[in-house]
Amino acid sequence: MAVAEARHGPVVIEESVATRVLRVLGKAPVHVALAVIGVLWLMPTIGLLFTSLLTPTDAQAAGWWQVFSEPSIVTFENYRNIFSDDGIMGSLWVTAQVTLGATILPILVASLAGYAFAWLEFPGRDWIFLGVIALLVVPLQMSLIPIFELYNKTGLYDTILGLVFFHSAFALPFGIFLLRNFFAGIPRDLLEAARIDGASELRIFARVVLPLGIPAIASLGIFQVLFVWNDLLVGLVLAQDNQPIAPEIFSQLRQFGANLEIIAPAAFFSAVVPLTIFAMFQRYFVEGLLAGSVK
Amino acid sequence: MSSTGSSTVTAAPPVTEVPPPPSSRGKHAISLAFLAPAIFFLGVWVVYPAIRTLIRSFYSDRGGEFVWFENYEALFRDETIQTAIKNNVIWVLVVPAGVTALGLLFAVLTERVPWAPAFKVAVFVPLAVSLFAVGVIWRIMYQQDPDRGAINAGIVAVQGIFTEQGALTTAKPSTDALAGSPEGGLTLEKTVQQGGVALLGLTAIKAGELPAEPEQAVTPEATPDGITGVVWRDFKPGGGTPGEVEQDEVGLGGVTIKLRSAADGKTVDSTTSNADGSFAFEGLEEGDYRVAIGKETFSKPFQGFNWLGDQLITPALLIAFLWVQAGFAMVITAAGLAAIPRDLLEAARTDGGTEWQVFRRITVPQLMPVLIVVLVTQIIGVLKVFDLVVSIVPASRRDSATVIAVEMWERSFSGQNRFGFGAAISTFMFVLFIPFLVLNIRRFKREN
Repeated sequence: MAVAEARHGPVVIEESVATRVLRVLGKAPVHVALAVIGVLWLMPTIGLLFTSLLTPTDAQAAGWWQVFSEPSIVTFENYRNIFSDDGIMGSLWVTAQVTLGATILPILVASLAGYAFAWLEFPGRDWIFLGVIALLVVPLQMSLIPIFELYNKTGLYDTILGLVFFHSAFALPFGIFLLRNFFAGIPRDLLEAARIDGASELRIFARVVLPLGIPAIASLGIFQVLFVWNDLLVGLVLAQDNQPIAPEIFSQLRQFGANLEIIAPAAFFSAVVPLTIFAMFQRYFVEGLLAGSVK
Repeated sequence: MSSTGSSTVTAAPPVTEVPPPPSSRGKHAISLAFLAPAIFFLGVWVVYPAIRTLIRSFYSDRGGEFVWFENYEALFRDETIQTAIKNNVIWVLVVPAGVTALGLLFAVLTERVPWAPAFKVAVFVPLAVSLFAVGVIWRIMYQQDPDRGAINAGIVAVQGIFTEQGALTTAKPSTDALAGSPEGGLTLEKTVQQGGVALLGLTAIKAGELPAEPEQAVTPEATPDGITGVVWRDFKPGGGTPGEVEQDEVGLGGVTIKLRSAADGKTVDSTTSNADGSFAFEGLEEGDYRVAIGKETFSKPFQGFNWLGDQLITPALLIAFLWVQAGFAMVITAAGLAAIPRDLLEAARTDGGTEWQVFRRITVPQLMPVLIVVLVTQIIGVLKVFDLVVSIVPASRRDSATVIAVEMWERSFSGQNRFGFGAAISTFMFVLFIPFLVLNIRRFKREN
């Protein structure tokens, strides 16, 4: 700024303009660096989208960045094909059901437990909660083998319900932890007032705690939707004919070069759902990240 | 804080407005009702299987026989598992530090621009896409052929700016007079003195690399205090005589010619041939020289790095994972940055601290707890990594890029069904997480 003043003499207005110009110019490297990084970061995803718009022959012959060549080689043929592919559409439907179930169920169960840990009195409460915290880091690999055997015995193998239960259970430690902390922050007066009015605990939970807990519940829900929709491992192990979309495309991945025209559009289309949810509820997602970065 | 809070209330002397508390047995029944579903799901799907996996790891693969630590012994002797552990160690060393650094960089940079939200979304997108789709994305990016793989195409573009292309890609000497190979340069066997003329004949040149407007090769006149010569395509339709510059044989321009002292092999001078293939070194001292075609003349076109080959596969995976996780670190770090008291930064700046000093002495120490959270979260994530590895790595390369979680799946399922061995791998994984379990419990106890 001192430089600007010296150069431009005593005229006050000119000085401030010059200062502003200089300030903007001084930040130019930051703007350029961020713009370049931003484009680089988007490029792989765009690459997937563009690849999904090429015929197999074009995808073999040219890079995806050549989709804009003249005449245009863009085609929606691949998408038309996967939309009429029963296998892929079927697994998308399975994925949707599993995701819905495995999001609603743990939210319900975790809010009940979260409320109990935050506001109810029972012996050993803090110890049990410590147990829940301990379960936060138990890798789901610890459950795969026994649950695989259990499901084979009980007929839950390869069912939507089996996947819903598995995902729900593994969402609980984090869900209970997040909701208990959030519910604990609700002003006590509100709960006391309801208790004095003679409301049952269930009523207090449903009418006071749940509505106030919406932001935390939304965070948990979004995490769970993204996690379950995107899961590969659990679907791979516990399902076979009713596989969700990720394991379904995974089995096609063995011949990567040969069937890119199925893999690319299916992978991109399967990413559209989580991306949309993320775009719509970005705020809750970020808040959940901040609250839950212990997992 | 709530636990102590609510217990104080019940311990406090009864206030007239508060109705008498329900009998403690009824109260406990209510608590149990609230907890029962969670206990059921956690019990059946998490706690019971974990205990069973632990026990299972001491039994044979079919489950009938108690084998003590045999599965664990086999585990640590297994070469692929050793590779997996080694790879996981590389992941732990590189990814958390890299992610934290990227997150810090992005968070600090975005603080200074008004369009930060747009940038944040761009960096955040990979986090919403499944790691599996990310795998497909990077399979496309990493294709080896620079005409298809964007990463190698980018390398070609950058390389084109910084390196000059040679005149030819390959050639052979037309006679025994020239020795060597394109990779190391071709040298004339016989020494040359002042006034000498060097004939450098080449054959086996690709048709596409001949000059667009070929010029007849010309043998230059000898000069008294120099060495002259010609480099040409010693071949014409019909053959011709090797070693002689004939009618219709084409001069090769742009070839790097080196003049070396025959005594010590040092390069004395260097020049480039003219379009008719002729070249000249002038003003030389008396002595024996050797004339050579420099290896700079020959450049192999870039074939593309084999990102998915044994050598580069783990770095390739790490890059993809950093790409995904940078957004996570950025968001957490940005929130931490926003929480640093402005006064503290202002005070440091008023005291004459440069931006770098303020960053080093104030920002980073203040951010430390946040950075540690990012670091720890990443270590946990990296120890569990599975989707990305199986989806980017071609099945044939899996053994060199494998990690613990992949081995657990591979041995237990995917046809092998070695449940005892798989249970041992799972338990080993769990043991790796115990420090974080202790860390979480400690933190909880401190905060309450």
